[in-house]
Amino acid sequence: MIQVEDLYKYYGDRRAIGPVTTTIAKGEVVGLLGLNGAGKTTTLRVLACDLLPTSGMVRVDGYNVVEQPHEVRMRIGYLPDLPPLYGDMTVSEYLRYAARLRGVPSREVDKRVQVAEELTELGSERGRLIGALSHGYRQRVGIAQAIVHRPAFVVLDEPISGLDPAQIVEMRSLVRSLRGEHTVVISSHILSEISETCDRILVIRDGTIVASGTEAELAASQRGMRVDVTVAGGGEGVAVRASALLGALPGVTAVEPVNLRDQSEDAVSFRVASDRDVRAELCQALVRANFGLLEVAHSERELENIFLELSSGPGGRSGRAHAPAPAVSTTEASA
Amino acid sequence: MTKALLVARREMFAYLRSPLGSAIIAGVLLVDGIWFYWQGLTEKLLSADVLAQFFYGASGTTMVAGLLLSMRLLAEERQTGTFTLLNTAPLRDVEIVAGKFLSALVVIVVMTLLTLYMPLLILVNGKVSVGHIVVGYVGLVLLGGAATAIGLFASALARSQVVAIILGAAMLTPLVLLWMVARAVDPPLNGFLSDLAIHHENFRPFMLGTLKLQSVVYYAALTYFFLLAATKTLEARRWR
Repeated sequence: MIQVEDLYKYYGDRRAIGPVTTTIAKGEVVGLLGLNGAGKTTTLRVLACDLLPTSGMVRVDGYNVVEQPHEVRMRIGYLPDLPPLYGDMTVSEYLRYAARLRGVPSREVDKRVQVAEELTELGSERGRLIGALSHGYRQRVGIAQAIVHRPAFVVLDEPISGLDPAQIVEMRSLVRSLRGEHTVVISSHILSEISETCDRILVIRDGTIVASGTEAELAASQRGMRVDVTVAGGGEGVAVRASALLGALPGVTAVEPVNLRDQSEDAVSFRVASDRDVRAELCQALVRANFGLLEVAHSERELENIFLELSSGPGGRSGRAHAPAPAVSTTEASA
Repeated sequence: MTKALLVARREMFAYLRSPLGSAIIAGVLLVDGIWFYWQGLTEKLLSADVLAQFFYGASGTTMVAGLLLSMRLLAEERQTGTFTLLNTAPLRDVEIVAGKFLSALVVIVVMTLLTLYMPLLILVNGKVSVGHIVVGYVGLVLLGGAATAIGLFASALARSQVVAIILGAAMLTPLVLLWMVARAVDPPLNGFLSDLAIHHENFRPFMLGTLKLQSVVYYAALTYFFLLAATKTLEARRWR
């Protein structure tokens, strides 16, 4: 278990994170979500004992990162945003070195390296120089060094950064494969990526955790919802009448015309914002008014909106200067 | 200290695979060879004087080599991000510093031993004692170790290798030139400054084949001081 209580980290006079209070249970795969500069990397560096906190308490398996850093480092594997790789070593040489540094007994090193290589599918590259590997393979080597000593906790800082779509899919399955044996903390600024791989999401904003929960819980926590509605008929009159009808529905707070992907010229679409789920009433109203209802769906941008609202605060990015919003989960304390 | 040996082995490996180690050794051997020919073989000198001149010249190249070898030790790791591997592994900062220092010291020992053919030429063709040669080499290794420790401290402070070498040179040069300052001031300060100089009064006994305990202690203390400073710098960085 990782316990973080009232954690602060300052770089000079600038507060990078704090207050951060959270608990990560054993076996959980937790995603740390936030915009660039929100404090994700600093939080992970403190967890990995790479940085010491200015104040507050961080315990990993009961060991304090300030007082017992060696015990903590034995239990944590860390992949920073820039993997710490020596280009002049082969994959196997490097993993052996990392294993020995992490205290793996010499008689077990080969076995552990082999397991890490198999798990990260590096077997075919084990004899190659790291400097000659592609970005995707380098990320794999980075993960392999983080798990080669079989740590209880694995901390991955933006592991999909810079990967192509195929590599992202592979990385996702690799992170999923860590589930069970390791407790994983993974950071990203892409909500869909985090929600694909994590049991729980911690949203960090301005150095503070402002929300915690699954994607559904986070979505529910945000007031209202957005749906995209498409009706047949591309004329000006259809658009005006449909817009007026939708705007008059109880619960609807805003209606805006949008151009959806694959939308035919003979149709018009609206994004309807409401303070509750109005899909049923909306469909009934359109059908009664003889509109050709083609599609009603959750807005494609719903995930992005949730993320932006949570991570940027009111007013988008400029909202970072505002006070943090109340945490969704009552287990997350943000002062 | 097993972990320090691991770090040292990795660094030795890096010196072997990169052109830096070979280039420094080749450069030192070239300069030492030219110096030996110029000072020792073109003038009529006593064998012991030729040997002393050889150690005098070699001391300069050894100091420069110590700085060059140590500049990358920590600064490069920080530049490339590999320092995180050491920083998040269960090893103490003193083990990191000890491992790094040890690797550079081994290269210096190998490098100085490769110059052995020159004193051996004097031994075979002239009249010098084996003790003079041994003491001279002990001095070279002690001096090289001290210069490496200074360079390592500079490397711990700097974020780039270029800054590290400049910082190292900025610390080493005043220590070399202290004997000149000592000449310009009155007693008892001149004696104190002269004793603090890294080369003049402290290396001369080794050049002449005299093993002076005071100088041995001086080099050991200087090396320890800068290694401790490098360790404390690494510890302090975790709080930044």
